[in-house]
Amino acid sequence: MTDFQVEVRVTPRRGILDPQGSAVRGALRSLGFGEVGEVHVGRLIVFSLPAGDEGEARERAEAMCRQLLANPVTEDFDVRVEALSAA
Amino acid sequence: MKIGVVTFPGSNCDYDCYRAVKDALGADAVFLWHRDHDLQGVDAVFLPGGFSYGDYLRAGAIAALSPIMREVKQFAAAGGPVAGICNGFQILCEAGLLPGALVRNRSLKFRSRPVHLLVERADTAFTSEYEPGQVLEIPIAHGEGCYFADPELLDALEAEGQVVFRYCTPEGLVAPAANPNGSARNVAGIINAEGNVLGMMPHPERSVDPLLGSTDGLGLFRSVAAHLARV
Repeated sequence: MTDFQVEVRVTPRRGILDPQGSAVRGALRSLGFGEVGEVHVGRLIVFSLPAGDEGEARERAEAMCRQLLANPVTEDFDVRVEALSAA
Repeated sequence: MKIGVVTFPGSNCDYDCYRAVKDALGADAVFLWHRDHDLQGVDAVFLPGGFSYGDYLRAGAIAALSPIMREVKQFAAAGGPVAGICNGFQILCEAGLLPGALVRNRSLKFRSRPVHLLVERADTAFTSEYEPGQVLEIPIAHGEGCYFADPELLDALEAEGQVVFRYCTPEGLVAPAANPNGSARNVAGIINAEGNVLGMMPHPERSVDPLLGSTDGLGLFRSVAAHLARV
């Protein structure tokens, strides 16, 4: 088994109104960052996960996303997996 | 007739719902605990409003996985009436018992005020005491009540008559100005295809006594009682 560090990024699905992103964009523009384009606010979920290999860790993490970490109706997810140590 | 009200950690409308059933409706009411696997033989289940699990992750997402929800799902699958109000609606969507999702209000503001609702369906287990086209005044209190579904799903819901309530003007006009949260097509409440699971963002349990400013929510509880008397 290897310990993997998993990072799950969950973002509002493109095309779905993201009022939080729009508000942050407006605030950035008011600070003088007028060049900022579309802004999206999501969340980052980080955890460690023991697994046989990277593929297995990814598969487990994606199953978690489908069942809980992301809402399949409104959100997209991106899973990043990195080996921490060999045990 | 016995009606159960589920208490999740962070529910805050469970007592209002309990009182609406017990005092306003005059039926037996029991609290159901989120960690139990026992519906205590109730004839209908209400999932109340509040902020279950602090709205962590997404509103309703953690509560949807509570132990009691396994029994609620079985109860619903067997045709038992289940109504989710506000956070209860969010939980039903997260649990997959109702289609779509509830996301942040378009205004980003928490909205707590009376709204007007158009009764689209007066032939369901939850609305038979209303008239079709009737306008109700019932309060909302939510930050994440913007109903979202893709256009194909919205078309299907409308075609199947699953939109039960819509936000409207006091005159009953379904207009953008009457939409308090940006919900798709002014949807305020929907029902599943089988007609036994209802979700709505407004709070009928807060409109059951003249002291509360409106009694328009009573019809919902009376409809459930009438439905249970028939089956």
